[in-house]
Amino acid sequence: MGYSANFRIWRGDAGEGELVNYTVAVNEGEVVLDVLHRVQAEQANDLAIRWNCKAGKCGSCSAEVNGKPRLMCMTRMNTFEEEETITVTPIRAFPVIRDLVTDVSFNYEKAREVPSFTPPENLKPGEYRMEQIDVERSQEFRKCIECFLCTNTCHVVRDHDENKPVFAGPRVLMRAAELDMHPLDTLDRKQLAQEDLGLGYCNITKCCSEVCPEHIKITDNALIPMKERVADQKYDPLRWLGSKIRVRSHDE
Amino acid sequence: MEQIERYKFDVVVIGAGGAGLRAAIEAREKGKTVAVLSKSLFGKAHTVMAEGGIAASMGNVNDKDNWMVHFGDTMRGGKFLNQFRMAELHAKEAPDRVWELESWGALFDRTKDGKISQRNFGGHEYPRLAHVGDRTGLEMIRTLQQRIVALQQIDKKASGSYEESLRIFAECSVTKIFMTDEGENSRVAGVLAYWRPSGKFVLFESSAVILATGGIGKSYKVTSNSWEYTGDGHAMALECGGNLMNMEFLQFHPTGMVWPLSVKGILVTESVRGDGGVLTNSEGRRFMFDYIPEVFKSKYATTEEEADRWYTDPDNNLRPPELLPRDEVARAINTEVKAGRGSPHGGVFLDVSKRLPADVIKAKLPSMWHQFKELADVDITLEPMEVGPTCHYVMGGVEVDADTQAAIGARGLFAAGEVGGGLHGSNRLGGNSLSDLLVFGRRAGMYSADFVDTVEAPTVSDADLQEAIDWALAPFTNEDGESPYGIQADLQDMMNALVGIIRTESEIVEALAKIEEFKVRMANMKVMGGRGYNPGWHLALDLPKQLLVSQCVALSALTRQESRGGHTREDFPGMDPEWRKFNLILRAEGQNVEIFKQSLPMMTPELAALFDEGELSKYMTEEELSSLAQGTS
Amino acid sequence: MSSSLDTPSAAPIPTKAKIGVRTLRTDRWWLMPAVTVAVLLSFIAYSTWRAFENAYYFSEPLISPFYSPCLATSCVEGSSQWMPIGSWWILSPALLILAFPLGFRLTCYYYRKAYFRSFWMSPPACGVSEPHTKYTGESRFPLILNNSHRYFFYAGLVFNVLLTYDAIIAFRNAEGAWGHMSIGTLVLLLNATFLWLYSLSCHSCRHAMGGRLKHFSKHPVRYKGWTFVSKLNPYHPRFAWISLIGVALADLYVRQVASGAITNFYFF
Repeated sequence: MGYSANFRIWRGDAGEGELVNYTVAVNEGEVVLDVLHRVQAEQANDLAIRWNCKAGKCGSCSAEVNGKPRLMCMTRMNTFEEEETITVTPIRAFPVIRDLVTDVSFNYEKAREVPSFTPPENLKPGEYRMEQIDVERSQEFRKCIECFLCTNTCHVVRDHDENKPVFAGPRVLMRAAELDMHPLDTLDRKQLAQEDLGLGYCNITKCCSEVCPEHIKITDNALIPMKERVADQKYDPLRWLGSKIRVRSHDE
Repeated sequence: MEQIERYKFDVVVIGAGGAGLRAAIEAREKGKTVAVLSKSLFGKAHTVMAEGGIAASMGNVNDKDNWMVHFGDTMRGGKFLNQFRMAELHAKEAPDRVWELESWGALFDRTKDGKISQRNFGGHEYPRLAHVGDRTGLEMIRTLQQRIVALQQIDKKASGSYEESLRIFAECSVTKIFMTDEGENSRVAGVLAYWRPSGKFVLFESSAVILATGGIGKSYKVTSNSWEYTGDGHAMALECGGNLMNMEFLQFHPTGMVWPLSVKGILVTESVRGDGGVLTNSEGRRFMFDYIPEVFKSKYATTEEEADRWYTDPDNNLRPPELLPRDEVARAINTEVKAGRGSPHGGVFLDVSKRLPADVIKAKLPSMWHQFKELADVDITLEPMEVGPTCHYVMGGVEVDADTQAAIGARGLFAAGEVGGGLHGSNRLGGNSLSDLLVFGRRAGMYSADFVDTVEAPTVSDADLQEAIDWALAPFTNEDGESPYGIQADLQDMMNALVGIIRTESEIVEALAKIEEFKVRMANMKVMGGRGYNPGWHLALDLPKQLLVSQCVALSALTRQESRGGHTREDFPGMDPEWRKFNLILRAEGQNVEIFKQSLPMMTPELAALFDEGELSKYMTEEELSSLAQGTS
Repeated sequence: MSSSLDTPSAAPIPTKAKIGVRTLRTDRWWLMPAVTVAVLLSFIAYSTWRAFENAYYFSEPLISPFYSPCLATSCVEGSSQWMPIGSWWILSPALLILAFPLGFRLTCYYYRKAYFRSFWMSPPACGVSEPHTKYTGESRFPLILNNSHRYFFYAGLVFNVLLTYDAIIAFRNAEGAWGHMSIGTLVLLLNATFLWLYSLSCHSCRHAMGGRLKHFSKHPVRYKGWTFVSKLNPYHPRFAWISLIGVALADLYVRQVASGAITNFYFF
């Protein structure tokens, strides 16, 4: 049942920091977040952790456990060996505030660059009609809990701070895809995705999808379809011609 | 005094959940400058945890539904203790609020003809809950969040700044609401907050403050609520002159996870039952048939056969008793477990695996499947869940004017959502909470904007400010006090044990005595470390508020000598029409909290006519019935 | 680490947590990229050798997928009826056609992941930092050319048809009589099948089928097509590997038969 686990937790702030060792009790059925709360209550009252729901629904407790970007509330202790030392660090793409808490405002600033949902002007609330099959694609993306693990893991910004001005990250690119596939949205966000949000920087190495705790297929269902839509518009002379002589369906 | 950041806004909204964001949107649309202060990041508020749906009588699935039926269900669910005017407004306005979300980009599940799909839920006569799988709260908060961004984009175009009129202060917690020094005419002057990341203080001066702080569940050990639910709004309203009402009514959601211990309390959505899940005890018996109370006898199926037929033919059959209002189901589970017929980990079984094919379960209840798979290693398409009651929602709250959401007793203060009292009476129906947030969030935003037009911009005195800052920093200077973590854990244990789902006088008296002991311990709290993102300090600032609301709950629970909705007294097991005539109001008097009875407003004859007399007679006294009869004649 | 009580320090300049090491992953994250490099390099080595070998690619009725269609006059007799390139081409005829499948795979959304991770190491694995100091991805030349994937997809379809034709004519015996089947038939048939599965599960195919539509409900047939491709799409990586190894093995089999090292066994 219970045992003592060895943890190494990154403690520090923007100035400096280090991995600090803690030995802490673990009970059956616990997750990493439970154990860190025990550290906080018993050994380090000021250990900074950001969390809310502890049920994988709010996306607050993003961190890296043994180097892997995870939600701490969804990382069960029984996935580790009892003698293993578990290393927990803040997510690494964003500036650290303190201990395991980072400043994720990058994501909110980028999200503001995506023009909002724009329905047809004459459509009144209550008159919206949409088929289930037409909303399903965007619904998948709206499962996003904004834990920002995808953007954290994306090497385009994780390893290259200099790309932050030109690349918005998978979360925000997926938002552009969500609106582009919304059956009642009237704006075209392909140009935006490619030119302003930096879709071209994505080299589809799929780490965003790999770490998504909601199992959203970000790359296959949002980023690649968006790249294909951009290609329709920008890189496909035949389709470009088709759109000029209006043989393309209006629904595309 | 240290240099602190200062802002002036027309309206300050405390809380960035559904109610707070909806209020902020409305106040901004009315041309006011608005600050939203949130303990968490933008879009993380507790609203994301809501699963089932938003109750609104759009009649998309069953066209017999309308606001009157919804109103009736809400009153019935609340055992007629509801503030009837709020229930009326709520039922009438909910559909517009849902459609509005859709025009802001929400993508609800659809019916075959392309409308918003609606699902069945406990206590609702018709399929009424607009939903997105079982993550409706997430959809709602994201939609409101994105609406705010949309408004900021409009401001940016017009003024060059996103934050010209609407600004979100994320991870910025409020410790105090200031009042002006105008004696009888005293009104809201602003709030003191601190940035969680840096620990620096921020002063907001504003004519109107909207409380949208949610509930108080963190006073309990087993709860579906997150750390934020420390009753800040309740406590601060009390401290600045407002009243709380009916704080004894706590909703224990019947189905929380019970195993493993670390997730005990996490919610299992009512949709599981709405979509066909049944409750059984260790003997395999569908025990809910044994617990249909007298007042609901004519509304629920009495045989399994009829209950099963209802899922496919709801017009000609009565609904299964698993869909009784939450208080009934929670008590029934509690009784079964106490009688030794519980599951291995102290709950009962909730099984959907034998009722629906695996792919349907995964489509309709994706988060539940995910939650049990990842947290408990249980595949709900193959095996039953183990569930038990968990503290979920407080029906009581700040006493407000029904139309405007203005707090009684504190001018300039408004309250919306869970922190507001009245709408749900003694028990809330599932789905009515999300619609509550929208309907009354909007109203609070609208009327706070109107209020701002009637007053001059206030200022906060330096003395008040200094006093509030000193109070907040005290835990750093206490030399040898105890850590807040231990105190919080003890408080939660105590409340769970003594003022929990079933209450009795001797235990509540004991709880009140313990609360006095907690006050002494808290006066001497000590925190380690500095001011930058220090959760120990943050907890030390939340705890006194938590204790104050715990005291209010205990005091009200002791005073109400009957059992009704979310308040069950072992020593007064029956519902008493005499007690239905009163709300219990709490008010701060110096350092003490006073409690007194206040008559409930009488329902208008038009609304009363929506119920048959036989039903009303189960709740009301002879006297009330005859006065109603006179009113209608 | 912590600021003093009365005057919290000014907001520090935002910097990332200083964690010295490239990754704290404890699992064998390097295994996948290493295997990818090994397999891809082996394939490149084998296919280059075979393309330049310019021999042993035809043995009635089997033709190696590396050399089909054989378009130059220099093709061995019987391997081709139609030789539009003529006699001026003196190199291996394989080189005339290999560019198309190569281009299809180079621009494929799955192979891009595979080679960016394994050869380019950007990144080698999730949460492992890449060694490059600059990165612009597919936003400029030459990698922007990956956007031409759809054209290679269409070209790939043409090859699939031809290789299917090759598999069908392999239902003959060495004398050209129909109604026979050998291990070689099976090899070519499997090769064509996996190439089809690889092509049909392609992201560009999914897009062309219906992905570019805004309203599935207005295009029920294309929605069905999209749904079908969407079911195959998650297996695209698997088909990519199987079809890659498959095409090499098919070629190897034909080579062994054509060189006389083994005899093509006939079932009937």
